[in-house]
Amino acid sequence: MKKRLLENIVHGVFLILGLITVGCVLLITVYLVVSGIPAIREIGLTDFLFGREWEPTGDDPKYGILPFILTSVYGTAGAMVIGVPVGFFTAVFLSKAAGGKLRTAVGSAVDLLAGIPSVIYGLVGMLVLVPAIREIFDVPDGASLLAAIIVLAVMILPNIIKVSITALDAVPKEYEDASLALGATPTETFFRVSVPAAKSGIAAAVALGVGRAIGEAMAVIMVAGNVANMPSLFESVRFLTTAVASEMAYSSPGSLHREALFSIALVLFLFIMLINAALNFFLKRRKGE
Amino acid sequence: MSDIITVKNLCLWYKSVQALKSVSMTIPEKSITALIGPSGCGKSTFLKTLNRMNDLVPGVKITGEVTYDGTNIFDPGVDVNELRRNVGMVFQKPNPFPMSVYDNVAYGPRTHGITNRVRLDETVEKALRDAAIWDEVKDRLKKNALGLSGGQQQRLCIARALAVKPQVLLMDEPTSALDPISTSRIEELVLQLKENYTIITVTHNMQQAARISDMTAFFLLGELVEFGDTETLFSQPSDKRTEDYITGRFG
Repeated sequence: MKKRLLENIVHGVFLILGLITVGCVLLITVYLVVSGIPAIREIGLTDFLFGREWEPTGDDPKYGILPFILTSVYGTAGAMVIGVPVGFFTAVFLSKAAGGKLRTAVGSAVDLLAGIPSVIYGLVGMLVLVPAIREIFDVPDGASLLAAIIVLAVMILPNIIKVSITALDAVPKEYEDASLALGATPTETFFRVSVPAAKSGIAAAVALGVGRAIGEAMAVIMVAGNVANMPSLFESVRFLTTAVASEMAYSSPGSLHREALFSIALVLFLFIMLINAALNFFLKRRKGE
Repeated sequence: MSDIITVKNLCLWYKSVQALKSVSMTIPEKSITALIGPSGCGKSTFLKTLNRMNDLVPGVKITGEVTYDGTNIFDPGVDVNELRRNVGMVFQKPNPFPMSVYDNVAYGPRTHGITNRVRLDETVEKALRDAAIWDEVKDRLKKNALGLSGGQQQRLCIARALAVKPQVLLMDEPTSALDPISTSRIEELVLQLKENYTIITVTHNMQQAARISDMTAFFLLGELVEFGDTETLFSQPSDKRTEDYITGRFG
């Protein structure tokens, strides 16, 4: 009897702890929707999403966030174009080809890369990458979309590598043995048997990278120049995240400007939700296999 | 019958443990050779040496010679992928790739450069027919191979191995994970395959060795104790240890 009571109490405590997480998600979602909708209503959904100009403090204020949306999309896509191949091949190499010591060494470097705070990525990007881009491409200001893409690409590397390695390590050795025994070389075996067998895990790694890149604010605010231009590789740009982060401080409370920032946050939130759904889809497929 | 594989003084160490002690034997072409012996006696190790799958084990060291097709397979000039194409292998646990039945069988030929659709189709069908599984899978070639039963999977693996047209087929306890009916189907199949292939099989099952093999080799603690005609080995073993083993006194 006493045991049963204790069981029930423990059960209840765990339930409450679990509900805290759910509660936080719900709270954030509800808050974002409630505070993000009014501005969109006032500006108009099309003008808000597809307006090309963002001048909230002008005499004739404009609230078009297309530059931010496109910058976030292009920036993330660019980071994936660089980060995915590098991360993928690194993962294949580490999981399948690298010997014990090399794997440990590169593996710890990857772990370290994952642990570096984003402000440090931003700092190094600002002091090294931005001047380098200015010099190499002979542009007036190196703080640009390109700088942000490169910084993001490096930032997502550890996520892609680690999740891909987990998936590749889980491929049963029997598959690889069968392939080798048919006379396939190790490289053929890795790319024609191991990688296809791990494909949903690798897709999950990519989705995770997209999520990280699109949600990053600190590092890009430091290297992207933070000007609300339509995205172009060598121009200063502003992301969805950096728009919220940089303008929150000077928008006056209760103004349409501040409310529009909430709406931007809502748009960003929807993007992340979409990526999460994709991630869950891939992970579920992996379990179902 | 001419000999296809000649093994001379083969020794093998895993790190400091000697797993094979100076094994010598000759394997006749188009016959079934059974390797028997208690667990850990070196029979699987010996089998995996013949297509150099042991190369993949870290810390392995091999001395001696295995002559196949006139060359020592450990010669530095030997193309190990070519060797494995000629000396195929079927594993203990059925291990089809997680892809369609067709792609499983086509994997080997594709790896070796066959891209012509018609030729691939022919090769796949022939291999599946030779492995006596064509009738069961012909309507589901595009379905995932993991949906087949264990016995079907193993015959699919045999088909996959046959598709690269090997001369020798190594089988590592191919029926130990299967039910009796699937086992007898594989045994029948192996007897048919003998017409065109040389088969070397490891088995825990002495009845199986007696039923299907022409030659039997008895391994004990890394040593080849006795090797000879199956009938003779089982009826009049020349070594006391062989007799003890086949009469079930140990092992």
